[in-house]
Amino acid sequence: MSALTVTGLVKSHGRTPVLTGVDLHVPSGTTTALLGPSGCGKTTLLRIVAGFDDPDAGTVELGGRVVAGAGRGVPARSRGIGFVPQEGGLFPHLSVAGNVAFGLPRRLRRDRTRVAGLLALVGLDAALADRVPHQLSGGQQQRVALARALAPEPSLVLLDEPFSSLDAALREDTRRAVADALRATGATAVLVTHDQAEALSTADQVAVVRGGRLAQLADPRTLYSRPADLEVAAFVGEAVVLDGEAAGGRVTSELGELSLGRPCADGPVRVLLRPEQLRLSGGPGTRARVRGVDFYGHDARIELELPSGLRVSARTEGGDLPSEGAEVTVVVAGPAVPFPAAAPTVPPVATAPARPGVPTAT
Amino acid sequence: MTVLLAAAVAALALLPLVHIAVAVAEVGWSGVAELVFRPRVAELLGNTVRLVGGTVAVTAVLGVGTAWLVERSTVPGRRVWHVLLVAPLALPAFVSSSAWISLLPGLDTYGGALLVVSLAYAPFVYLPVVAAFRGLDPALEETARGLGLSAWAVFRRVQLPQLRVAVLGGTLLVALHVLAEFGALAMLRYPTLTTAVYDQYRATFNGPAATMLAGVLVLLCLVLLLAEVRLRGTRGYARTGAGAARRVVPVRLGALTGPALLVLATVVGLSLLVPLGALVSWFLTGTSARVDWAVLAGTTGTTLALAGAAAAVTTVLALPTGWLAVRRRGPLATLLERTTYLGSAVPAIVVALALVAVGIRVLPGLYQTVPVLLAAYAVLFLPRAIVTVRAAVEQSPPVHDDVAASLGVSAPARLWRVTLPLLAPGIGAGAALVFLAVVTELTATLLLAPTGTETLATAFWSASSALEYGAAAPYAAVMVLLSAPATVLLSRDVRRGLTT
Repeated sequence: MSALTVTGLVKSHGRTPVLTGVDLHVPSGTTTALLGPSGCGKTTLLRIVAGFDDPDAGTVELGGRVVAGAGRGVPARSRGIGFVPQEGGLFPHLSVAGNVAFGLPRRLRRDRTRVAGLLALVGLDAALADRVPHQLSGGQQQRVALARALAPEPSLVLLDEPFSSLDAALREDTRRAVADALRATGATAVLVTHDQAEALSTADQVAVVRGGRLAQLADPRTLYSRPADLEVAAFVGEAVVLDGEAAGGRVTSELGELSLGRPCADGPVRVLLRPEQLRLSGGPGTRARVRGVDFYGHDARIELELPSGLRVSARTEGGDLPSEGAEVTVVVAGPAVPFPAAAPTVPPVATAPARPGVPTAT
Repeated sequence: MTVLLAAAVAALALLPLVHIAVAVAEVGWSGVAELVFRPRVAELLGNTVRLVGGTVAVTAVLGVGTAWLVERSTVPGRRVWHVLLVAPLALPAFVSSSAWISLLPGLDTYGGALLVVSLAYAPFVYLPVVAAFRGLDPALEETARGLGLSAWAVFRRVQLPQLRVAVLGGTLLVALHVLAEFGALAMLRYPTLTTAVYDQYRATFNGPAATMLAGVLVLLCLVLLLAEVRLRGTRGYARTGAGAARRVVPVRLGALTGPALLVLATVVGLSLLVPLGALVSWFLTGTSARVDWAVLAGTTGTTLALAGAAAAVTTVLALPTGWLAVRRRGPLATLLERTTYLGSAVPAIVVALALVAVGIRVLPGLYQTVPVLLAAYAVLFLPRAIVTVRAAVEQSPPVHDDVAASLGVSAPARLWRVTLPLLAPGIGAGAALVFLAVVTELTATLLLAPTGTETLATAFWSASSALEYGAAAPYAAVMVLLSAPATVLLSRDVRRGLTT
């Protein structure tokens, strides 16, 4: 296993710049998610690392060896990088065993125990070895594709939106199986995704790609609680953004006086809260009117209208829910994260999440 | 490299057109005027256009009507009818026309030609329309019925507009085939431009008169092709996804079941039973019906060998073009691909004429040799191979190559372990289509086969031209037997491109 270092990577398709200077370091044995909206350049970055495309400028270093850029171009087949494409990309003319053993030296390809071991690694039954790809479910195909990529013991594994074609239930299982397999082999992995829940739950660190460059590189908790700017904040989860006045390490806002998660200069600021920090209480607090309730079972999202007309979201446990139109009081738990008041604005109320219980980008 | 190969293939396909253009330039304007603006040419042109127009109209009605009955009504035995309606494809048109004329010698009129040719070519419309019906989103029809439309109104206002492309595509195919048809019409003694080119060639051998007639014929083809190109642009009416998920509830025919069955029985009877019945009766009653097994086996062997060689050559020639059309999309690839389609739109008689001329002028040693014959087959049937190779390349996305590369496999090994296995079924299907087309090819074979080389088609042709129907019957029977499997396949998989 080796570390991956990408420095100053630039790439254009024709006249359209796709990557405009990406720096990224993936420590050996960890998983990094490249998170970004479609068209942000994350797949291009992956293809350059894999060796399917050449960068216009910048270098790719794998285990201390330059494999792309600086006048060098190690071909894809000599890089020792495992690649799991979208929807698996299994060879339709080969059985599962034939697929898994594809990258092994000829004498090892007939080794059934090796194939069975690789299938077990990704949580699949060895009985599947003689099936052909179209007899497998989407999730099974993804796991076989991962087993195929892991078989030659690559120094790095790249996964291109591996779960995007799976439905919600299958996605969770497959995601966990893939994460377990990566951890078990100690593989260094880069995972491309546009689903922030997937990125936060699977990866050791998340690289948010925006407009052809890295907006932030951090571990999932830091990314969620201390985003670099409000745009990243809104991308990795639902955001409640309030205007306020900072003074002496506290900020006065429409939801009362809040503590600050990090120091900032006195004066006007915008602060970020997450919906789960907003608690409904019968006691003292800011008055708000309930404008909508989305009930998900394990929790619920409540849309609140503050006295100023601003709409914000609160996320509460699914027990005792207020009805629409009711008046409630809101208190804030935990600190708010301050940003400069001139920061680019985001819509204060997020759209309804695509999936129950999972915060979604605005 | 691939581009150069594809360009060479396109040049081969353009040979007939170049030949005519060169001939026109040599004869000069006054010569062209003298040879073309004649009452005889006008008459032939009139005959041809009338027959093309009539056949298009009849096949459109037959094709759409029978397809609707089979796909959308409660007529009993729909699967059986489907196979029976496709089956005439296994009968070469010149065989069924011989059968008809042997039964009814009075069929040598416009009406007779219209009847025989329409029945033979109706499957060309029927198949794409069936495919289109299957591709239609049932929800649209259900919505229309929900809005209170009658079955007829649903057909006219919802289905027919969506079938437009399939019907036009199918009838264009019919029109191109009628323009190129030689055997059936010569047998029925209905003179068209194509039969006239053949007569002229037999009379004066490679004279400018034959070439100028061929020029008029090619002009008609080009007009049709232009229409085809315009059509291609608007394709995409029918749902082309994984196909309709549900079967539509068919329209109840009720009291009309009897008449519907009668219509289907008449179509199948006339297009299938009459010709096959005639073949059987030739065999049983013909005075010349003594099968010389050795000769039949020899002729069959020759035919199979020629067809096999043609299939191999044509498929190899199709590979670069089919590959480029998918992997290097762009104006150049499209141009090269379309150019090869020109060859098959040009009637076989014109291709043969051009190769005769080239053979005599440029490579005298090659005239009436197997390589020239194979070249003619390649020009005529390239599109079938290209369409299937192309479809195969489309089904093997580059991601497989990427994955194999990332697993450390070298480029030659990738070709061997990934690309070829993925393309093999498509290449095989293309080769089979070419093979079957060659088995029943008559016109080019008549003109270009080495002296003494008889194929099933030419042996049938010379026997039935001499009215020795009994002797002709076994050859027809072998051709039908060889074509039948492909026809069954076509009836099963109606989505496969119909480039026959």
